Amino acid sequence: MSVLVYTENWDGKFKKLTYELVSYAFGVAEMLKTELIALSIGNMDRNELMKLGDYGAGKIINITNDQLLSLDNQVYTSTIAEVAMKEGVEVIVISNNNAGKALAPRLSVRLKAGVGSGVSKLPLCINPFTVYKKTYSGNAYAHVVIKSNIKILTLAQNSFVLNETANNSSIENMNVTIDSSSVKTEVKDVQKQTGKILLTDAEIVVSGGRGMKSPDNWGPIEELAELLGAATACSRPVADEGWRPIGEHTGQTGKIIAPNLYIAVGISGAIQHLAGISGSKCIVAINTDKDAPIFEAAEYGIIGDAFKVLPKLIEAVKEIKS
Amino acid sequence: MKILVCISSIPDTTTKIKFVEDNTKLDTTDIQWVINPWDELSLTRALELKDDVSSGVKSVTVAHVGLAASELTIRKALAIGADDAIRVNTESYDAYYVAGQLAEVIRKEHFDIIMCGIESSDFNGSLAGGMISEFLEIPSVSAVSGIIVENGQVMITREIDGGKEVITVPVPFVAIVQKGIAKEPRIASMRGIMMAKTKPVRLYEPAAIEPLTQIVVFEKPASHSACKFIDPENPKQLIELLQNEVKVI
Repeated sequence: MSVLVYTENWDGKFKKLTYELVSYAFGVAEMLKTELIALSIGNMDRNELMKLGDYGAGKIINITNDQLLSLDNQVYTSTIAEVAMKEGVEVIVISNNNAGKALAPRLSVRLKAGVGSGVSKLPLCINPFTVYKKTYSGNAYAHVVIKSNIKILTLAQNSFVLNETANNSSIENMNVTIDSSSVKTEVKDVQKQTGKILLTDAEIVVSGGRGMKSPDNWGPIEELAELLGAATACSRPVADEGWRPIGEHTGQTGKIIAPNLYIAVGISGAIQHLAGISGSKCIVAINTDKDAPIFEAAEYGIIGDAFKVLPKLIEAVKEIKS
Repeated sequence: MKILVCISSIPDTTTKIKFVEDNTKLDTTDIQWVINPWDELSLTRALELKDDVSSGVKSVTVAHVGLAASELTIRKALAIGADDAIRVNTESYDAYYVAGQLAEVIRKEHFDIIMCGIESSDFNGSLAGGMISEFLEIPSVSAVSGIIVENGQVMITREIDGGKEVITVPVPFVAIVQKGIAKEPRIASMRGIMMAKTKPVRLYEPAAIEPLTQIVVFEKPASHSACKFIDPENPKQLIELLQNEVKVI
């Protein structure tokens, strides 16, 4: 009865979210007084795999197979389920990112395992197995009991602190046979942004709303983001108007993010927008309207014209950086 | 080619969420129910595909799991333009239960493309679509931000971390749909609203499926401490606070 964590890699590398995930899974394994097994699919360097051990993985299973080069949900589900059955796992931990959202529900049905989705803290109780999760887009939380023998937990990004734990870990290469006819989806083309900090990975986000008045006014937002090593985001009207790419839309129907610092410039803070950012550790709002709802969600606020405040803010950041 | 759009009925996003019976049930008084926003976008894209004769899409059906009270939401979908609807007459206990019910119906009525929103804004599970595909043992593509159908051939755009992929997939399959699939949700016309009244809603009784999870209690989030305002003439103070007090930069 062990805990299995599925660790995705990006071109052979893990990310901070991987280590958050492993730290979380190790916490669950400790609650259950059992071992943590990490599963990695793809061609991985030994040193990179061993990093999973630094966060508590006792056994690291690595699977390489040409049929697993792109994410086919069915084939990945079969592979992870096979490992889970063979290892007799009780809990499977996956990220709540795109890949996790694709795989967790399929695994749930395959293994008849109830899912606690988008959890941000350790289970409240292991008997009955109870998790704490966001509902109504952050307007409420629920205690959810998972009644099945196997449980699946998907962890919200940037919601759990890294926890380094020295562990004697070992790598096991596992072979799986996959018939090429079982791969039904085919990736024809990949377009990747390069060099930009991903919104979902970013620890600091600078976001602009309709108050920026025109797509031509984004210069100071981008400059501030660059100085802070931040990603840029925007509110829904801005994305809908085509001022900024859709991928920057943060809010209920866009990206849900949880950075350490979220700076909202010219965003009034409609409830749908707040639903996407309420997980942020610290929210700063700059708005001309003192009654804007964003100030109710913010830790710090500046009532003022963004076009006057931003240059001063940029100067202040430059000063501390130098 | 036939498309099924699975729709969930959720409290209007501006509703104040309250609970009753010792915080175990949603207080449904004064709630206005709407189609889950992602499902609405899926329906919009499905109808666009049907409007385009070269797609080969002949019909768009909506399916919903819910009691009779949710007929209003179904009629909205019909008014927007769906040809007909399916309702499974039961409460939705959890995602596994709902997906199982929808899979039972899909087994009885054949569909080529099954579209589901990536999340419902009530339980935020991101589960039902993927579960349906696994119940039916058919392919699924998640984080779908674009779908093109030409003469029965399907091309999907899938969002990945920091980019997108173009994918082909054979029918039948489940598309789990996110932002970008359609620009804006289609709005019902007066004619649509009139026509919706006579469109067929097929009723199914639920299959025996055991839910795997149960919500035991709800909690409201902790109230937020008051915003600390900083002089707009002196934003430097903000940077100092962020650096020294909250230590985020």
